[in-house]
Amino acid sequence: MQYEAVIGLEVHVQLKTKSKMFCGCATEFGGSPNTQVCPVCLGYPGVLPVMNEEAVSKTIRTGLMIGSKVAGFSKWDRKSYFYPDMPKNYQISQYDLPLCAEGAVEIKLDGGKTKAIGVTRAHLEEDVAKSTHFETTSGVDFNRAGVPLMEVVSEPDMRSPEEAFAYITALKEILVSGGISDCDMEKGQLRCDSNVSVRPIGQKEFGEKVEIKNMNTISGVRRALAYEIQRQTAALQKGEKVSQETRRWDDAAGRTFVMRTKEYAHDYRYFPDPDLMPVVVSEEMIAAARKLLPELPEAKRQRFIKQYGLPEYDAGVLVADTALAGYYEKAAVASKNPKAISNWVMTELLGKLSEAKRTIGECAIQPEHLTELVALVDGGQISGKIGKEVFAEMFDSGKSPGLIVKEKGLVQVSDTGALEGFVNEAIAKSPKSVADFKAGNEGAINFLKGQVMKLSKGKANPQLVGEILQRKLRGG
Amino acid sequence: MRKPVARRYDTFLNMANDTNQFDVGYVAHLARLHLSDSEKQKISAQLKDTLAYVAKLNELDVSKVEPTAHATPLANVLRRDEVRPSIDRATILKNAPEQARDLFIVPKIVE
Ligand SMILES: [Zn+2]
Repeated sequence: MQYEAVIGLEVHVQLKTKSKMFCGCATEFGGSPNTQVCPVCLGYPGVLPVMNEEAVSKTIRTGLMIGSKVAGFSKWDRKSYFYPDMPKNYQISQYDLPLCAEGAVEIKLDGGKTKAIGVTRAHLEEDVAKSTHFETTSGVDFNRAGVPLMEVVSEPDMRSPEEAFAYITALKEILVSGGISDCDMEKGQLRCDSNVSVRPIGQKEFGEKVEIKNMNTISGVRRALAYEIQRQTAALQKGEKVSQETRRWDDAAGRTFVMRTKEYAHDYRYFPDPDLMPVVVSEEMIAAARKLLPELPEAKRQRFIKQYGLPEYDAGVLVADTALAGYYEKAAVASKNPKAISNWVMTELLGKLSEAKRTIGECAIQPEHLTELVALVDGGQISGKIGKEVFAEMFDSGKSPGLIVKEKGLVQVSDTGALEGFVNEAIAKSPKSVADFKAGNEGAINFLKGQVMKLSKGKANPQLVGEILQRKLRGG
Repeated sequence: MRKPVARRYDTFLNMANDTNQFDVGYVAHLARLHLSDSEKQKISAQLKDTLAYVAKLNELDVSKVEPTAHATPLANVLRRDEVRPSIDRATILKNAPEQARDLFIVPKIVE
C-alpha cells in the first residue's frame, strides 16, 4: 500500500520591534543575562502591561501580505500553565479572536508549479524566557521574556518534507521582505513545531497525528519530518498503530524521541486578560499598514525592466530573491551600466556564492564595489578578463577593486609605445600567422592578438592591440 | 490518563452543567494545590455549591449576545515602540530564590 504524509506547521516569529510586547525593555539579542527585564516582563503581581503598537501593526501587515481577514475586533487571553520560563504562570496570548484569520502562502514546487498552503490564523503573544540546564538545576534568563511573538498556524496542506521546507522558506521570505522579522533561526527569531500524520493514499480521514518539537533549523525541519514519516509509515505497514504523542527531534541522533506525554497534556484554561483592553482594528489602521507593504515581486520585476533596462529574464532571476534584488539595486542605482551589473551578479556572483555555499547576505563584496568594478572595465582602466580576476579577489578579501588593481599592478596598458613593443615582438615570433593574414586569412589576426595579450600578462588594451596589429600588417 | 477537558474558559460552566463530572483533584492539580483528603471533600462540596449557583446563568438565552471580555468600554490602549530603561540586575536578582551566573536558579526543568 502507498502512504502519504499530512503536515501542518506552527511557526513562531519574533517581531522586529525595539521594545517588548507589553513593557519598554529592549528586545536586542545577545544582551548580558537578565539586563533587559522589569517588573512587567518578570511577571510581578500588580503591574500593568501596555501593548506595543508596532507589534500590532506588524501583525496586521503580515495579515495583509498573506491575504488574511484582519479581525475588526481582537482580544487578549491568558493561557495558564506552570513553567519557570513564564513566572506569571500564564502567557498572554490570543485564543478565540486572533488578529488575523485565514490566508495562504504560495510555495514553489519542482517544475515551476506553485501550490497555496492555507494559513489558519496568525496571532500575537509574548515570548517566554530562555532556560539553560545544569547538572541539578536550571538557570533562567528573562531577556527574551515578553518579546513580541507572532504565531502563524498553517492548515494541514503539506504532503512532503520538501513542501514543508518550501513553506517555511516562502513564509520567511514574506516576513523578511515586509520588515516583519529578521527570521534568524540561529538567534531563535523563527521557531517551528510540526504536526505530521500518515495515511494510505486515497483515504480521506487523517491518520493519528504526532507533534514534533525542537526543530531548530529549516533543514532540521526537513530531516525531522522525513524521519517521522518513515517511522510512521513503517509502523502502519507492520500493522502497528501510531499513537498520538509529542516527540522531540534530536538533530545529532537524527531521530525523534517521545516526550513524556503527561507533562504536555495541558488544560490551559484560557480566559480574557482583564489587564489588556481589546484591539479594534480600524480602516485607518489597515490603510496605514497597507502603505508599509513591500513592493510585490511582479511590480518589482516590471520596475527593474523599465528603470534599469534589464531583459525579462534578468529581472525575473534577481527579483526571485528579495535579498539579491536589494543587493543588485544598491549596485545598479549608482552605476551608468545597470545591465553590466546584472551580468556580473547573475553569472560571476551567483556562481561564486553557490560554489562557496554562501548566501548573498554573507557576500564579502560590497554592492558599491561592484559598481566601481563595472566603471573600471567600462572606462578601459582594466580589461574584462582582468576584471574577472579582480572580482575573484574581491570575493575572497572584500577589498575594493581600485585597491586590488593598484596593489597588483593590473592597470590596463593603453600606452601606444608599450603596446607597439608587444605587437612587434608577436609579429617577429609568428611569421606563419603573419603570412596567413597577408594571404587573406583574416582570422589569423586573433592568434597574434592572443600572443600580445600573453606578452602583456593580460594587461594590454585589446581594442588598441587590434588597431595597431591591423595597421602594422596592412601597412607592412 | 485523564484527557484534558475542553480548552475553553467556560470549562467551569461545563462542569457546572454536570456536577458529577467535577473532579476537585484535577482542578487542584491544575492550580498546583496539594489538598489532603479531608480538604478535598470539604472543598469539593463547596465548589459544587458555587458551580450550581453559577449554573443559573445557563437559564439565560445568550445565543444572540456577543461575548463580553471587558466591562470597560476601552480599546486600543497602545504605547509607542520605545525602549525604556530596565531595572538593575543586582536589584532584580535579590528576589531570585537562588542565583548563579546572573541567572535565576530553579529546580532542574526536565524535558
Ligand atoms: Zn520588561
